[in-house]
Amino acid sequence: MSRFHGNTQPPAGSVLEQLLAKYVDYMDSLRRESFLDDQFTQLLKLQDENNPDFVGEVVSLFFQDSERLIGNMGTALGKKSVDYKQVDADVHQLKGSSSSIGAVRIKNVCVFFRNLCEAKNLEGCYRCLHEVTQECVVLKNKLNTLFMLQKQIVAAGGSIPVD
Amino acid sequence: MARNGAFPRRRASEGADWLDLCQANVEEAHVLAVDDSLVDRKVIERLLKISSFKVTAVDSGLRALQFLGLDGKKSPIDFHSLKVDLIITDYCMPGMTGYELLKRIKGSSALREIPVVVMSSENVVARIDRCLEEGAEDFIVKPVKLSDVRRLKDYMVRGCQPNSGGKNHQKRKQLHGSATSSSSPLPSVSSSRSRSPLVDTPAAPCSPSSLESPTRRLRMTSCE
Repeated sequence: MSRFHGNTQPPAGSVLEQLLAKYVDYMDSLRRESFLDDQFTQLLKLQDENNPDFVGEVVSLFFQDSERLIGNMGTALGKKSVDYKQVDADVHQLKGSSSSIGAVRIKNVCVFFRNLCEAKNLEGCYRCLHEVTQECVVLKNKLNTLFMLQKQIVAAGGSIPVD
Repeated sequence: MARNGAFPRRRASEGADWLDLCQANVEEAHVLAVDDSLVDRKVIERLLKISSFKVTAVDSGLRALQFLGLDGKKSPIDFHSLKVDLIITDYCMPGMTGYELLKRIKGSSALREIPVVVMSSENVVARIDRCLEEGAEDFIVKPVKLSDVRRLKDYMVRGCQPNSGGKNHQKRKQLHGSATSSSSPLPSVSSSRSRSPLVDTPAAPCSPSSLESPTRRLRMTSCE
């Protein structure tokens, strides 16, 4: 794996070299902490000059979708007679879309959440709802940072590493 | 047939070579993708486009049937101009599941030749078997990758028997390898299917008997 990840060798100590190093470190930490997995990298590979914002668009759709689903879950759990099947269906959807973008931590919370729906454990469900909401906020911030680094790399004449 | 890297276009004087047609069919192949998830639709659409397929993405089994003309509203002429070469559908969808959609397609004399691939986030043996039994070509575990989509070309050579009994067992073994068993007992693998193989299809450029293997033929047509 080249140090420059598909970029032609930037001058030593250059802004681009520093940006690339920073990006790679950040991406590594996101993977280590299970915020993102290889599926995210697979999506990055689908980006090209004709579709430079593909991943940003997918991510944007994901957060719109997750906000909607989380809202539905909250409403459903707040009802006098909770429809756990409905909550489970929404969690299943969120699990699917988080898996499709490589959002591992969110996916894992959803797996746990589904067990609690099956057990009709209201308190447990509320805890999961809170946790999944938090994870979405954290991931959104992390991705904003990542996308900003990507923009800086491109602005400095480089290309986004995809290994 | 020239092997100089450029595949010759149909020459008017010679008429269409059937390999020529198959290559052209695959290059322009039209995939109908069915998934209720907005995120997954966007991803599968991109995966398909980057693999040089034309794509129509719909959000439900009902819409898929409408598009295919199975809701009775489209005339046969309209249907043929849409020409779907492969259907890839999610299993778990509200309303009509991917499995129900599969059954409808395979139950239709107009559409049963179209290869169908099922996607699911649940890697369960019983589910896989159910889909293969009903005539699905393949079962892809989500999240879908580029390598999964590239494989779709294998199912697309026109006129070849989709999902004959023999392939079914091979594919089943392949898929069982990585799948988990559900709590319910496995359905017994029956070698006879209720539907007879497609010997009564209208004449197609590639007749099944003249092909050693659709996949091998397909590889031969893509000159480097």
